[in-house]
Amino acid sequence: MTSATAPAPARAAGAGEPTGPAGLAGLAGDGGPGGIFDELSKREVRRAALTAVAVPGYQVPFGSREMPVARGWGSGGLQVTLALAGPDDRLKVIDQGEDAGVNAANLRRLITGEVGAEEVTDTRAATVVQSRHRIPETRMRAGQVLVLQVPVPEPLRAVESDMTEQRRMHAEADYAKIWVSLYEDLVRNGVITQAAGYPCLVNGRYVISPTPIPRFDVPKLDGADHLTLFGAGREKRIYAVPPHTRVEPLAFDDVPFQVEHTPGAACAHCGGDGTYLVEEPAADGSVRWLCSDTDFCSRNRPEGDEQ
Amino acid sequence: MTATAVTAAALSVEGLGKIYGDPGPASLPGTGPAHGTPISPATGAVVACWDVSFHVAPGEALGVIGESGSGKSTVLRCVAGDERATAGTARLADGADVLSLDDTARRRLRVDRLSVVYQDPAAGLDLDISAGGNVAERLTAAGWRDFGRIRARAAELLERTEVPLERMDHVVRDFSGGMRQRVQIAKALANDPPVLLLDEPTTGLDASVAAGVLDLLRGLLEELGVAAVVVSHDFAVVEALTRRVVVMQHGRIVEAGLTDQLLEDPQHPYSQRLVAAARG
Repeated sequence: MTSATAPAPARAAGAGEPTGPAGLAGLAGDGGPGGIFDELSKREVRRAALTAVAVPGYQVPFGSREMPVARGWGSGGLQVTLALAGPDDRLKVIDQGEDAGVNAANLRRLITGEVGAEEVTDTRAATVVQSRHRIPETRMRAGQVLVLQVPVPEPLRAVESDMTEQRRMHAEADYAKIWVSLYEDLVRNGVITQAAGYPCLVNGRYVISPTPIPRFDVPKLDGADHLTLFGAGREKRIYAVPPHTRVEPLAFDDVPFQVEHTPGAACAHCGGDGTYLVEEPAADGSVRWLCSDTDFCSRNRPEGDEQ
Repeated sequence: MTATAVTAAALSVEGLGKIYGDPGPASLPGTGPAHGTPISPATGAVVACWDVSFHVAPGEALGVIGESGSGKSTVLRCVAGDERATAGTARLADGADVLSLDDTARRRLRVDRLSVVYQDPAAGLDLDISAGGNVAERLTAAGWRDFGRIRARAAELLERTEVPLERMDHVVRDFSGGMRQRVQIAKALANDPPVLLLDEPTTGLDASVAAGVLDLLRGLLEELGVAAVVVSHDFAVVEALTRRVVVMQHGRIVEAGLTDQLLEDPQHPYSQRLVAAARG
């Protein structure tokens, strides 16, 4: 279980600061450019999101607008959050589980500058959480909304390149080719190697790609109390897992679904071994493990651990 | 044709027709063997096949023979659901007319009720996945969810079609033409379909490999009790696999009969020419 893109410099920048909103405001600077998303566009996103909630797992097309971030860098999640959040909201944005990541800080500044929401890092205090790669370790509760920035929404893309055929397969719930890809994975590697975007059947009907969260976070979607909205800006799709919806990772009866786990690994700060851990290499070649979710970790550290 | 006879057949095709172009009755006069063309002089439409009827009982194999362009493959594609027929019915054992089903229902039939083996293995296989994976696709489509059982069933089928088991996990693209065809046959048989359609199953193969595949098919057809339709331009294939045969020319059936009788004593001039050509 590794994460090659865990941004070590960003962690170092956040390390000396208190992790509260004031410290983050210093990092992020003032609000970004205003007027980046007009009301009609917001309405369109809301309509797509409502459809997505009504048909769990169905990818709803929407007119993805140009955003002041590159497509594929969170433009979909950004549009969903901009359409959803208002001045009364408390917004948390994470990248790889980290509030202080460069991408997370910039998106948070952009959104709060536009809609006037309050910045928070505590998952428990947030009303809207925008995330890339993770679902927070703290169980989200009813009323909270998780917005995921999705790079590749189509679970069939790896097995079928023809978009017309992909739509037909969704319409007929014809997912044999995904099962074959799992079969091939098992035959070639002896284990299921697909980590992010593990195919899941939502509400017994549509298969989704819960990208880009790791397999570790997939069980958190099943029967969740919160609403999860997936926004794919480049691919112009929005889909949803409403609260209390069945989300079943596709798995053979005799090869149970398993989440990532490294025996013996525990967070160097909080000592937790039940969280999603990332590997941090040191200069001398050794590695240590750290919680990917910095907010959760900081609340579980022993007294005096300021790192 | 009585109702009981219809239900006894695994596949009953009645009055099947396919017209490319104006599908109206004006396209029919002036086409067919009597006029020496399938193209309508009035509308320019191509009457690829018309008024084609045949019945296949469980465990029986029927040959459909004719030269290129005679409409035999069109008949097969219409029954298989790759094309929409203009007229006629095609009923399976339960009496339901598959030609009237929507595309979704027709694709479902292909999972476990009606399989096709194409001339080109690439048409029936995904060349970039393993031989076992290709068979697994049919099994998972039919709801199989146990990895061990899927493996065992795929191995059983590949063994039956004489694909070496050590090659079960190799991608099909690395296989020879004959081996690909054997994998395609294994996939087609995955869910024990009652009806099997074979479109020129050995045409792309060299003579010795074709003979091997033919031997295999003959054994399987005898053993499985499947109702088979074998479309071919090659009398040797039809002779090896089938007891009954229909001869097609310019989109119409010109003669039907027992395969060995028709080969010995063809009545229609076109059949006589075909047999003469095959006998050298």
